[in-house]
Amino acid sequence: MTTPHTGPRSGLPNSLLDNPLLGTWIGFEETGRVRLATGKVEIGQGVLTALAQIAAEELDVSPARLRIVSGETPTSPREGFTSGSNSIAVSGSSIRLVCAEVRALFLRYVADRLACPIGALTIDDGRFLRAGRHIGQDYWSIAGEIDLARSATGDAAPKPPSSYRIVGQSVPRIDLAAKLAGSAFIHDLAPENLLHARMLRRPWSGARLADLDEAAVRRAAGAPIEIVRAGDLVAFTSDDEVAAMRAAQTARGLAAWAGGAKPSSDAGEPNWLRDQRTRDRIVETGAAAGVAGNRVVEASFSRPFLAYASIGPSCALAEFKDGKLTVWTHSQGVFELRRWLAHALGIDPTHVTVLHRQGAGCYGHNSADDVAFDAAFVAMRTPNRTVRVQWTREDEFSAAPMGSAMVVGLRAVLDANARPADWTIEIWSPVHAQRPGMNGHANLLGAEALPEAPPPPAEINDVADEAGGGATRNAQALYDLPRHKLVHHLLPDVPVRTSSLRGLGAFANVFAIESFMDELAEIAGEDPVAYRLSLMSDPRERRVIETAAEMADWFRATAGDGRARGLGFARYKNRAAYAAVVAEVEVDEQVRLTRVWAAVDAGLVVNPDGAANQIEGGIIQAASWTLKESVRFADGRVASDSWESYPILHFSEIPEIDIRFIEARHQPALGLGEASLGPTAAAIGNAVTRALGKRIRALPLTRERIMATLLAEN
Amino acid sequence: MRGGVDLFVNGTPVHVRGDGTKPLLSVLRNELGLRGSRFGCGTEQCGACMVLIDGEPSFSCARPIESLAGKRVTTVEGLSPAGSLSPLQQAFLDEQAGQCGYCLSGILISAAALLARNPRPSRSEIAAALDRHLCRCGAHNRIMRAVARAGGQMGGAP
Repeated sequence: MTTPHTGPRSGLPNSLLDNPLLGTWIGFEETGRVRLATGKVEIGQGVLTALAQIAAEELDVSPARLRIVSGETPTSPREGFTSGSNSIAVSGSSIRLVCAEVRALFLRYVADRLACPIGALTIDDGRFLRAGRHIGQDYWSIAGEIDLARSATGDAAPKPPSSYRIVGQSVPRIDLAAKLAGSAFIHDLAPENLLHARMLRRPWSGARLADLDEAAVRRAAGAPIEIVRAGDLVAFTSDDEVAAMRAAQTARGLAAWAGGAKPSSDAGEPNWLRDQRTRDRIVETGAAAGVAGNRVVEASFSRPFLAYASIGPSCALAEFKDGKLTVWTHSQGVFELRRWLAHALGIDPTHVTVLHRQGAGCYGHNSADDVAFDAAFVAMRTPNRTVRVQWTREDEFSAAPMGSAMVVGLRAVLDANARPADWTIEIWSPVHAQRPGMNGHANLLGAEALPEAPPPPAEINDVADEAGGGATRNAQALYDLPRHKLVHHLLPDVPVRTSSLRGLGAFANVFAIESFMDELAEIAGEDPVAYRLSLMSDPRERRVIETAAEMADWFRATAGDGRARGLGFARYKNRAAYAAVVAEVEVDEQVRLTRVWAAVDAGLVVNPDGAANQIEGGIIQAASWTLKESVRFADGRVASDSWESYPILHFSEIPEIDIRFIEARHQPALGLGEASLGPTAAAIGNAVTRALGKRIRALPLTRERIMATLLAEN
Repeated sequence: MRGGVDLFVNGTPVHVRGDGTKPLLSVLRNELGLRGSRFGCGTEQCGACMVLIDGEPSFSCARPIESLAGKRVTTVEGLSPAGSLSPLQQAFLDEQAGQCGYCLSGILISAAALLARNPRPSRSEIAAALDRHLCRCGAHNRIMRAVARAGGQMGGAP
């Protein structure tokens, strides 16, 4: 059976336009199994389970039949980074269309053969039925007859959500059992010819290695090591992992560095941010003339630099054999990584294979790409060995990218009813994305230490507003504002390596906007929830706020004795999931977060339990950022380089959390993995303000800040 | 450590040769092929490497192998017969208690020790028993529910 191969039509999801062949996504090569290939990768968020559900639903097979190929350059669709809460919306919609079309092709073929209408056929777990009776054929018996090397047309209608039997169910995570039983991570790969390596990292950007007592390093290793060095990039390799670890640890203490740009010890503080060189732009909507108002309210909020702080340090393996490089990585973007590894190492990209393997939790652009470069660098200098590099905990805290510190200033001119007639948000922030390839640069840490490394890009840009924005993500408040002005001060040359940490600028912007809304409500003498609703016309926005308030019994709960509640709201990126969060705190000398309620509208929810897991995880991570976390610098280095000096929330500090999803299965699925963080910070901040009677506008809300605020009052 | 160290790992006698100062974790992972115990920090601050030593939850990342002569070490692999999940692990699966899962093998160890001495722990008792463990994904409440569920299923005083 042949069909003319036509190009894909516009209007299809980008992932499908970039990878039009049906057979790239779906195959029936192994009897009883369906190959589902995706460019998206599991980073702890459960995405592969959800994508499998979408495919199983449209194909009418059991989810257990799916074999997922994820993030492998030879065989996966070329999709972009697994980031921005885009996977379900972009990759999921592509998979839905592909599977619907594959199903339709098979049904058409069977109908032709049986000379019956398609409507007489159904599929039960991959087997074809006519008028409810098995016909002895299934996907696998027919697969040889149907050429899937054809472009998707998007013509086959996916199932209506009302008929879903698999999508919308809390199917258990497909990867969890193996993770509970032991070895399931990239860290656990142990091929025969393994060579361990550890890296020596530059303590600050641009530092040159002035001196390293290699003899002392060898002595400390306790077993034979090799020292692989190019320029200021140094690796210690050994058959014995402990020797490589001891060598790196000793070298870290012994190495003398010169030059480069050291961050000052106040890096990330509001005044430091305001003092940096900036590149500015202004975006205004609404007419300035005719602003009716006279009372001006201003406030300034901030967050410090934050660490990704995954529990597992980044790890990669690489092998260079017969001129070909194979890299195993937990990168969020294997295709971009392949391209830029090849570029940085001077090797033909067609000679590089990049294979995703699962790592520890990933909350943004962490050191996964960097360690992949490290492994590839060492592998190309020690051919025919599989090189395994793992970062140290100290380097995870000090050399991995960081979430940008930000200052967010807000100014409102209030009308006679204490509603904002004029609204200005002014943001100071380094960029929120420096992944491989961005700004035309490899952005691989090790590559920057090589001799003759390409200079950094002359100009760096943040994520464009059309792509959701970086520092400007969620800068536009969703309230009914007649005039809005955004002033974006991009800090292009800070001596801190910043990139995409979960939520990007949305975290600080939502914290600021939603704190400010409470301040305005107080000026108006109104309840913060009622005040918000008075400025909100979108029914979906209103509904999450009303639902969260109802869950927390907002209007009947009473504050007192240092206990209070606060609310925060946002729609992530102003186009993904809506979330409203209520937090209850007890404050004495420090903040104790006791309860959290969250209402979320994410449209169609593919896996409700997985979605709740993401929302709850976001709440806890945001609570940790809000209450505890801050990167600190001293002597030009990151001083917060251990769990002791960079504490995160512990089990005994975890609040009870209630989550409710608004029923919206007929709406498109909205990305939700980053939706709860900003609202959580604001809810905690507002609760603390009500408990203390005074607002702290700089995160984190530590004991020191609470004490200083209490003392300043007395 | 002339002559090496003899200890028991998951009930099996093991003889470890070589440098006596090397950490237990690297022996487990690299010499015994037990890769369920995880490296997180190397400084006893995160709990990813937790194992039982004579029944007590103990960090393995900085524990010299030479200090373990005659000791009984249990890793996550020792909590269940090969190819199956223990009731505790099954409770984690039932509660979908995890996101990335990297912290779980250490947490399972501390949870098993808790349930052995207190089969019906309260939420605060569970939190206290797990407080040496870090989870960055925010699966804490699910994990605590899983431990409570396993306690309930494993019996013990009501």
